[in-house]
Amino acid sequence: MAHLDTTTNAGQLLAAASRGRRRRGDRIFGNAAVIAAVTILALLAGVAVFLVTEGFPALTASASELPGGDSFISYVAPLAFGSAMAGVLAMIVAVPLAVAVALFITHSAPPRVASFLGYLVDLLAAIPSIIYGLWGIFVLGPAAVPVMKWLEEKLGFLPIFEGPASITGRTMLVVGLVLAVMILPIVSAVAREVFAQTPRKLQEGAQALGATRWEMIRTTVLPFGRSSVISGAMLGLGRALGETMAVAIILSVSGGVTCILISQANPSTIAANIALNFPESSGLAINLLIATGLVLFAITLATNFLARLIIARAEVK
Amino acid sequence: MTPPPADAAALSSRSTRALLSGEGSRGGTLPGWAPWAAFVGALIFCGLVEAALGWFTIALMLVFGALVAVVAIYAWSRPVEGARRAKDRAITMGIAAAFGVSMAPLISLLYEVIKRGVKGISWEFFTSDARGVVGGGGAEHAIVGTLVITACAVVISVPIGLMAAIYMNEYGRGPLRRALTFFVDVMTGIPSIVAGLFAYALFEVFFGPGIQMGIMGSVALSVLMIPIVIRSAEEILKIVPNHLREASYALGTPKWKTIVKVVLPTAFAGLVTGVMLATARIIGETAPLLVTTGVVDSLNADPFAGRMQNLAVYAYNQYRSPGVMKQAAYDRAWAAALTLIVIVMILNVIARLVYRRYKTEIR
Repeated sequence: MAHLDTTTNAGQLLAAASRGRRRRGDRIFGNAAVIAAVTILALLAGVAVFLVTEGFPALTASASELPGGDSFISYVAPLAFGSAMAGVLAMIVAVPLAVAVALFITHSAPPRVASFLGYLVDLLAAIPSIIYGLWGIFVLGPAAVPVMKWLEEKLGFLPIFEGPASITGRTMLVVGLVLAVMILPIVSAVAREVFAQTPRKLQEGAQALGATRWEMIRTTVLPFGRSSVISGAMLGLGRALGETMAVAIILSVSGGVTCILISQANPSTIAANIALNFPESSGLAINLLIATGLVLFAITLATNFLARLIIARAEVK
Repeated sequence: MTPPPADAAALSSRSTRALLSGEGSRGGTLPGWAPWAAFVGALIFCGLVEAALGWFTIALMLVFGALVAVVAIYAWSRPVEGARRAKDRAITMGIAAAFGVSMAPLISLLYEVIKRGVKGISWEFFTSDARGVVGGGGAEHAIVGTLVITACAVVISVPIGLMAAIYMNEYGRGPLRRALTFFVDVMTGIPSIVAGLFAYALFEVFFGPGIQMGIMGSVALSVLMIPIVIRSAEEILKIVPNHLREASYALGTPKWKTIVKVVLPTAFAGLVTGVMLATARIIGETAPLLVTTGVVDSLNADPFAGRMQNLAVYAYNQYRSPGVMKQAAYDRAWAAALTLIVIVMILNVIARLVYRRYKTEIR
């Protein structure tokens, strides 16, 4: 960093020493860069400001004025519950898989093909969410129906697998699986990066002491990457909470709050609810949806904020 | 296990390990092909059992096969190599299986999209819109809309993103730079639907309620695209070596000219690649366009006037309201999905080719 600073200083000195025309060019270009930087921050602030402005009428309206006749809190609470449920389910499935995938690419696969395998995993992130939605409802959902029936029969005593099982596959379980596939590349990218950075000396030391490869991974790679994996998982959670189209297409929605993963009746999620209702809404209903969007924004912002803080702390160490 | 790593250091550490740990606590070693044998054996076993039970599917065979293989290699290795090596083998097998499981959706998805998508692809699909057609028509308006909306988003995002990246790498210091680094990261996590609502709220304040235009979609997509552009541009600018800048300063070149004539050309291929990958990321977005650009059946190429269709929303609507001829509408939805995937893949491949072909060798 110090090196860079001397360079910049030298450049500025030289620029300052040269003629006025050059200084003007520098000033214009430098200002443009600063303006762009400030624009970014203003944009982020703008997202918050405009959502608050447009959501405000719904936040202050009385329950009887709002469509549906419920207060804002009782409107958004089941949706937030649905979002959290789908997000947590996706995380439970995706995080262990993502860690395993990252370990496979960094420590198990032959180095020659490792980067190609990484590219394959990244392709999962390149596929548009609408296509995940179509795949979920036409392919994965029907394929999951017999599995869910089996779960109902054998594990129906657990509250999450209570019957009757859905016959269409439009369930929370399928949504969770699709979301898991969608966030897997994000979590695994973070994990991959940190696993690859594990100091070589630690790994070789462990192996020199006679550790098997797994013992080496468990004693050096995993502890080294733990905080990054946690923050990667939270980034994935943020993505899953905000995912819209896949949920809107797949999930069969019925309002109420239930914890059952395999039934036809599920709470919607905040994001999917906006996408499903926005095109047909007007007036205060729009403000209401924007207000729920504000809640979603706050939740994902908090999740991301926390995740980035963890990463930043880990980098300082 | 896996073939030995290529580099010498890893190789020597491997042989040292073999030396020190002997051949496992039980003295023996499994042959090199043991994991493959266990995996194939487990697959065949599961296939036969499933066939006997009468619920044979490839997906189930692979999933159960992987589980059985993990158990099998453990049971095989434990009496020969001891508990520790057996555990190592089982977990290595499990990790490989997890990778396979993660790839299964990708393969299934690509296969289904191609298989179902080609049914809806026709000359008409690309050359006509759906105005006045009941339950039919093409997607020309959606394709044009996608291209126009995305192009506008790129035009908005690239200058802002690039200048911000230049600021972060060449000028920035102190709190503004730190804040920018942090908030750009946070910004990458904004849900796409929230970006759409932002664009709607922004334009509603100025144009009144119910406004829907192509450019609103572009603004929404820009919110998603800018952080991606900044991230990739910053990474690329970071690896432009300092001695190039110093050489330029030594010749008395002002800073802005150094950036424009030295830094940017050196990083050019990487910047183009980054922009193309960012474009590929946003071109398939549905949710923000659903709330901003609206739904329309006829061709509209003017982003500043009226509603505009695009491929992702088109696919969604064909699925959501298929009309009387359900299957034909679903075919069109899949055809739109296939078109989207092809565009995304082309962008990805070209981006990588550009980088490989034109990147500046930096020493």
